[in-house]
Amino acid sequence: MRRVFIAGVGATRVDEHWDKSLRDLMRESSLKAIQDSGLSKKDIEAIYVGNMSSGFLQGQEHLGSLLATWIGVPGVAAAKVEAACASGGAALHQAYLAVRSGVYDCVLVVGVEKMTDAYTGDVTDALVMAEDQEYVAFTGLSFVALNAFVYRYYMKKYGVRQEDIAYFAVHDHKYAVNNPLAQYPRPITLDEVMKSPLVADPIHLLESAPIGDGSAALVLCSEEKLKALGKDVHLEIAGSAVATDVFSLHERADPTTLLATVKAARKAFSMASIEPKDVDVLEVHDAFTVLGVIHLEDMGFAKKGEGWRLLKEGQLEKDGDLPTNTMGGLKARGHPVGATGIYQVYEITLQLRGEAGKNQVPDPEVGVAQNVGGVGGTVAVHVVRRVR
Amino acid sequence: MAYLRSVPRVWREREIKYRLIGGACRSCGRRFYPYRQTCPACGSEEVERVKLPETGTVEVFTVVRSPPSEFAEQAPYVVALVRLDDGTLVPAQITDVDPGEVYEGMRVEAALRRYRTQGERGIIEYGIKFRPLIQ
Repeated sequence: MRRVFIAGVGATRVDEHWDKSLRDLMRESSLKAIQDSGLSKKDIEAIYVGNMSSGFLQGQEHLGSLLATWIGVPGVAAAKVEAACASGGAALHQAYLAVRSGVYDCVLVVGVEKMTDAYTGDVTDALVMAEDQEYVAFTGLSFVALNAFVYRYYMKKYGVRQEDIAYFAVHDHKYAVNNPLAQYPRPITLDEVMKSPLVADPIHLLESAPIGDGSAALVLCSEEKLKALGKDVHLEIAGSAVATDVFSLHERADPTTLLATVKAARKAFSMASIEPKDVDVLEVHDAFTVLGVIHLEDMGFAKKGEGWRLLKEGQLEKDGDLPTNTMGGLKARGHPVGATGIYQVYEITLQLRGEAGKNQVPDPEVGVAQNVGGVGGTVAVHVVRRVR
Repeated sequence: MAYLRSVPRVWREREIKYRLIGGACRSCGRRFYPYRQTCPACGSEEVERVKLPETGTVEVFTVVRSPPSEFAEQAPYVVALVRLDDGTLVPAQITDVDPGEVYEGMRVEAALRRYRTQGERGIIEYGIKFRPLIQ
């Protein structure tokens, strides 16, 4: 099997893009990624588009072929990949397999979501489709409500104070300030978070990832293709894993652990021959503050019930032991759902190249991105390593 | 929205939803809702259909203030995971009580209630909600 490298990256700002359509967004990120790679459009042999809700929100499916035409490469293999909010990570996994298998030398993987075309209630409809429509969404449970259950269970089981969890939002905003692509590049205080309105108690508005539009793209290629480009920094996808858990939250034995994270992280870490202590920069899927804390634990960075300590002790800061969400995370960079998994790897790439600006972590070599679909029904974990 | 314009979709789920039919795995002993032929825990096909108990306890709940569009008229409303008396966990709305009076550990019983309407001319979807149990 062949090694897989990230040759180029591109992304739009996460924003309310009133002047840009779904296709405009994915076209923009794709062309940026191709340009960044030094390859040309003609090198692209296959396209994978990660997207959750274009059928419901835009009435548009068949995004693979659509994008191929709109970037002017009709004829290539192309398909949309969907795994709720993990659509981006799942698409990246498929793109990785496509190069790793030797079938393609150069593929484009794009994550995109255009959420602000729809009314908020309709976006709420779209998001809860990550859960069981017949038996769970049917009851009027929103996606936020499901996460509120997780929050309640977590605080009950481990006796953690909400303030210690909610601080994740403050952390994210602090780093978004220096991310030119972030949706909310401004700091917030813990007091503002705790006083913001409840969406579904105990979850406050400012503990929740926002609704936004955005697209991010990566060009992956084989070692041969990469060598021809003569780049100084080689970024290898050293681990790529996707795992699932029992679909509905209410059927799982322990709602405070996402078993799909545990499985995907172990698999990806094992592929890359790394341990948690080897990770220099991390992106976790903190759609809600409590999930950020849970992910740190499930990936093996903290004991269960103690993930919040990493936050409080400053270990997640850019100069800490485990720099995390250094470009604003889901809360402040934004969470255009199907694009998020690709934004995470885009940001890891900037860090490993030393292009993260004021948020630069000192000389990182190993980056990890964890992307979650639903409340952990699917989780994708990717390990990216800088190779000299 | 196509999924809200389907009569047979509601019809085919009527027994499981209206009568609260779950599964009991003969292999690993797990009980679950809704019923299906395959156990979600161990993958066994040896699953028995069981009528789940109609009483239980509110295990966790929240008040939905930003609802999906078809529930807009009902907000704010309480959704919960109810631990039925046989140990099965079921998602449902809590009804017949002020949201401020619901608490974890509250004893509740099943009641057939309206959940959502499929547009102005569509059918009305019913299902089990839970209301405070009068001892």
